[in-house]
Amino acid sequence: MTNSDINRLKDKAFQFFGIFCTFIGLVVLAIFLFDIILEGAARIDWDFLTSLPSRRASRAGILTAWVGTLWILVLTTIIAFPLGVAAGVYLEEYSTKNRLNNFLEINIANLAGVPSIIYGLLGLEIFVRQMRLGGSLLAGALTLSLLILPIIIVTTREAIKAVPRSIRDGSFALGASKWQTVWNQVLPASFGGILTGIILALSRAVGEAAPLIVIGALAYVPFTPSTPLDEFTVLPIQIFNWTSRPQEAFLTNAAAAIIILLIITFMLNGLAVYLRNKQQKKIKW
Amino acid sequence: MLNFKLTSVKLNAAVLLGATVLFSACGGGNNGEEANGEVTGSIQIDGSSTVYPITEAVAEEYRAEAPDVKVTVGVSGTGGGFKKFTRGDIDIVDASRQIKPSEDSLAKANNISYIELPVAYDGLTVVVHPENNWVKDITTDELKKIWEPAAQGTIKKWNQIRPEWPDQEMHLYGPGVESGTYDYFTEAVVGESGASRGDYTASEDDNVLVQGVSTDVNALGFFGFAYYEENQGKLKVVPVNDMDDSNGAGAIAPSLETVKDGSYAPLSRPLFIYVSSKAAANEAAVDFVNFYLDNAGELSQEVGYIPLPDEMYKEQKQKFEQFATGAQK
Repeated sequence: MTNSDINRLKDKAFQFFGIFCTFIGLVVLAIFLFDIILEGAARIDWDFLTSLPSRRASRAGILTAWVGTLWILVLTTIIAFPLGVAAGVYLEEYSTKNRLNNFLEINIANLAGVPSIIYGLLGLEIFVRQMRLGGSLLAGALTLSLLILPIIIVTTREAIKAVPRSIRDGSFALGASKWQTVWNQVLPASFGGILTGIILALSRAVGEAAPLIVIGALAYVPFTPSTPLDEFTVLPIQIFNWTSRPQEAFLTNAAAAIIILLIITFMLNGLAVYLRNKQQKKIKW
Repeated sequence: MLNFKLTSVKLNAAVLLGATVLFSACGGGNNGEEANGEVTGSIQIDGSSTVYPITEAVAEEYRAEAPDVKVTVGVSGTGGGFKKFTRGDIDIVDASRQIKPSEDSLAKANNISYIELPVAYDGLTVVVHPENNWVKDITTDELKKIWEPAAQGTIKKWNQIRPEWPDQEMHLYGPGVESGTYDYFTEAVVGESGASRGDYTASEDDNVLVQGVSTDVNALGFFGFAYYEENQGKLKVVPVNDMDDSNGAGAIAPSLETVKDGSYAPLSRPLFIYVSSKAAANEAAVDFVNFYLDNAGELSQEVGYIPLPDEMYKEQKQKFEQFATGAQK
């Protein structure tokens, strides 16, 4: 065997190793999905989506849970979107290399790695107690906004970085100010990437139970919230609650609720992919 | 075009934000008012996840009775629930153990008096794998020998407990140290709440313990009665002998009757709700608690617990009535 044969063999071996690694994740995901759908799909019907929680598994529904989840999604978007994008634009376009900005950057990177329950404790003290919001939707959304802000900031910066220098230079050459350049050129060009980041961050927020339990989100809420100051529950809490019940039928309910949560997450992810593709087609430099 | 799009998204966001602020300004709470003779108001409950199914069932039934009362139930755990209760944040706390002296003094410091009402029993059930043919019963002394802190690393085999049991490893499964079930078991068996060996498989989710014991021939575990009842085919219950013949002779297995009449000792534990004086001054809460005590017997059994004897519910109602009249003065 010549040297190049051995190298080619190594190459092939690595290729198979890579495929193997990719499949581990996919197979685990497939087994999980299959198991959940097998157990829960038959339980999903209109009643399940429109009923209140109940001690009888067959009558229990997730109305308040999914409505709560949607409220949290919308409120979190409203809060986290402008803050995250503005912070990203500042750090990427305006900040100069100095100690303060260095400090900010390191801490944002650190925040992205803080466990979610810590954000729950922070939210409990600041939003629930100091600002006296109680265990309300607004307190929950503010807490989750903190949780996903670092992700939004980082993805916004990456998206802005991907805009070529020449576009900015062209804009400046035509006499545009910094703000005009950012608003009319940089942001529109990077908007697809920014949106993708926000939606991926939101699909993380949608799955959180721990920080919301800490701030006082409930398990049994017999009414759908009508204002951001109402108490609420969300799908992950309902799922968590059902999986710890002794009766088999509640486990089936949990599986069905997981499917609904997965559908919400997949829809968000699908939206992210769609928006990115649409954006990529539009931009031709 | 792109530019326009961005602006319109921003605009929408701004409008929504404005609406949010407006909504928040309107969203005030109303408490304990009476309209057209119907009881209205809101009742906040939080606490133990063990007691939660009973309270959920009662709240669900109470909705038919008084649709205008907003009852909400959280599951922060007994400790978390008491923390909120002693700050005056909630009206009723679900508790799988009695209030601790430290929690009691917190309540006093915040001027909150309360009443403790037992609502049902749970029988902590000792189980082994169904193919385990050697364990027919167990004494509380033997349980202590297995679970006490000194057993860590030394008691590892079945024949160390009884010589006729096989020379095989013993694998232990039990609830995590945060749970009220663990507190009660260690108190009843070892004699000190929270004292046990650390080298056992612990889970806060009793379904995981069921899974563990039902797949391990050498397993011994304990958890709430409902989890045994729902999985009888996969588990074998171990009758417990407390060596005290005055409350039933010999080893006794947990069941509806033996827990209710107190012969399944010492592993029957009461589950409680605690009602604050602030809540007892609120008509909706008084109505709800009375409804709770009237229906807890039937509903607790439906969700897998064991009701108190009827006369005990009556006693609790009288006790509560006195407390409520005191609180309303």
